Amino acid sequence: MSERTAMPSVTAAPVRRIGIRSRLHKLDARWSPYLYISPFFLLFIAFGLFPLGYTAWVSLTDRTLLDPHPSFIGLDNYTALIHDSYFWNAVENTLGIWAISTIPQLLIALGLATLLNTGLRARTFFRMSVVLPQVTSLVAVALIFTQLFSRDYGLVNYMLHFVGIHNIDWEAGRLSSWIALSVMVTWRWAGYNALIYLAAMQGIPDELYEAAAIDGAGAWKQFIHVTIPQLRNTIIFTVIISTIGGLQLFTEPYLFEPLKQGATGGSARQYQTVVMYLYEKAFAGTQFKFGYAAAIGWALFLLIALISLVNLLIVRRIRTAEA
Amino acid sequence: VQIKPTIRSPRHRLRLLIAILVVGGVVATSLVAGTASGSGKDKITLRVSLFGDFGYHDLYKQYEATHPNIDIKEDIQSYADHHANLAKNLAVGSGADDIEAIEVGFIAQFKSHPNYFVDMNKYGAKKLQKRWLPWKWSQSLARNGVQIGLGTDVGSLGICYRRDLFKQAGLPSGRAAVSKLWPTWQKFMAVGKRFQAHAPHGVSFFDAGSNVFNAMIGQQNPAYYSRSGKVIVGSNPAVKRAWALTMQGIKAHESAGFAAFSNDWNTGFKNGTFATVTCPAWMMGYIQGQAPNTAGKWDIAAVPGGGGNWGGSFLTVPKQGSHQAEAADLVKFLTSPAAEKYVFKQTGNLPSQPALLKSPAVKRFKNPFFNNAPVGNIFATSALKLKPQILGPHHGDIQTAASNAIQRVEQHKQTPAQSWKQFLKDVKAVT
Repeated sequence: MSERTAMPSVTAAPVRRIGIRSRLHKLDARWSPYLYISPFFLLFIAFGLFPLGYTAWVSLTDRTLLDPHPSFIGLDNYTALIHDSYFWNAVENTLGIWAISTIPQLLIALGLATLLNTGLRARTFFRMSVVLPQVTSLVAVALIFTQLFSRDYGLVNYMLHFVGIHNIDWEAGRLSSWIALSVMVTWRWAGYNALIYLAAMQGIPDELYEAAAIDGAGAWKQFIHVTIPQLRNTIIFTVIISTIGGLQLFTEPYLFEPLKQGATGGSARQYQTVVMYLYEKAFAGTQFKFGYAAAIGWALFLLIALISLVNLLIVRRIRTAEA
Repeated sequence: VQIKPTIRSPRHRLRLLIAILVVGGVVATSLVAGTASGSGKDKITLRVSLFGDFGYHDLYKQYEATHPNIDIKEDIQSYADHHANLAKNLAVGSGADDIEAIEVGFIAQFKSHPNYFVDMNKYGAKKLQKRWLPWKWSQSLARNGVQIGLGTDVGSLGICYRRDLFKQAGLPSGRAAVSKLWPTWQKFMAVGKRFQAHAPHGVSFFDAGSNVFNAMIGQQNPAYYSRSGKVIVGSNPAVKRAWALTMQGIKAHESAGFAAFSNDWNTGFKNGTFATVTCPAWMMGYIQGQAPNTAGKWDIAAVPGGGGNWGGSFLTVPKQGSHQAEAADLVKFLTSPAAEKYVFKQTGNLPSQPALLKSPAVKRFKNPFFNNAPVGNIFATSALKLKPQILGPHHGDIQTAASNAIQRVEQHKQTPAQSWKQFLKDVKAVT
């Protein structure tokens, strides 16, 4: 992008007599690209940057939802947050659910992509169907999975009883609720990631596979030594995207909760995510603690920034290792 | 038709014809629509936002018939979403319906911000004050004298029980005999023990510890808040007593351990996995909706420990609405004695007006779904005996924290002592 926009001004430089036309042309070449991309940035300022700044301001006040005359309390909300065990519990839950949903999800996606990349019959049909979960309403997904994982009359428990496992109260346990939620997330996102991997796989030159085959590598070795290294950048991309998505997990656990009043994420807050905790403080019941919820929002923002930074460092390291 | 000479090809002619037809059609239909809505005065649409079926549909039709310029639309959301959205809409100054229902667990919080609501007294409610139970009237009365809403129903208490399951467990099944079994909650828990000893496989005595606890709390005054508005959950012996009794029942395996209003709980009604449910009057409608297959198997007995209240609602008119006078008039209609009587017969929601509670029409009303139990008499008696409770702004949040605390014990995650400790901590965090 930057190379292309720089081009006209370079070619225009040798011309001695600069007329108005060419001056305008120069201006046009120089600033038009900014104009063209400005809608995004204007929208981003209105709906991204401004709320971010406003939330930062609210987080420094004791504002409640129904009382719009808050007083400034400095960093009190943040100091309270640091000592709030429920906040850290929510962070732990979020990271836990993220870990056990993202890793299997990406592995499944890789496997699916490999299968879809082979000469299957009705290939387009299968490729289309893996993204079907993506176009399903999230609310419908959450409600149906909640029923599948219900204690007494759920299909999952019904299937498990054939192998001698009896009535797991999925929602009540910490790990079991995490697993149930991870299944929801994985079901929804594995196909999407598979499609991204598939696109990347089709960009891998055939010569690499041919060379590997001549060297005597079987399908598995080809997958490990050709496909995976070639997909490295794509894998990093999907990891970052699913990290950001995973840390903002809300709808699935919110709808998973049987007691629909507090957004507490189970009776012992066993699956309350950070966003759910924010919602609990701001909107659920009658707490309406907006200032505190804003502080949670900013803490989550910092957490995501931190994790993205770690991701970035890892990517850098891989790049330098390559070089 | 002067366009004719300029038309050159049949193709052009066709296009023009289509264009004329489309434009003409649009104009014609808009004219028709205009005359339809233009009959009489400008038509006003009043939106009513509720958190469940209040049984108002026929009443809307009736009101629209006598007020031809009014059109009524109803929005229904879940209990939690409804109140959260109302708070959001009030805060941003738009988006609320012309009429918004508020449940008693939220009324104290909303009435502490009376400036968001129309003062019903300005629309003649003051003259009607005598209609309502005095405590119902004062529950929605703000400190500055603004009446933010009018009472719909009260949730006076009874116990719904399954006659067939009681019989199978060798207990009496007639409602008078059953009521005699449990004059107190201690006795109720003892009956539970007897039930459990001979219960059909997989059936528990009550549905959820939290429901039993809520009923006991609903009979206390003070309960969560003192008269001066202080939170006294930890220091009130009545709360501690209710907790201990609930724990005793759970320990004796009398609870099915459901979270109230969950999917599993709903299915539990259909499959008969519990023999009793705490029944505020509005619960009758809920059971009939959830488990129509159990018609006639239920009956209703008196609640242990005398009268008590759980639930009940108010209709309010947010100030941001543009048809406040019309909305206030509709609220008065929907909470009129005739309307409350009609709703009671439809859904079982008990009127909040003493004259109605004493009237033969309510007192003699029997519900066939509940084995022709004289529900009017049972609930009206309980409502008139009731000691009103002081509510605080976070009553609903404390109730949620209590439900979670009881669930932790039912799910064997904590001992009663541990859970009580966390409950007190939660109460501190939400108030």
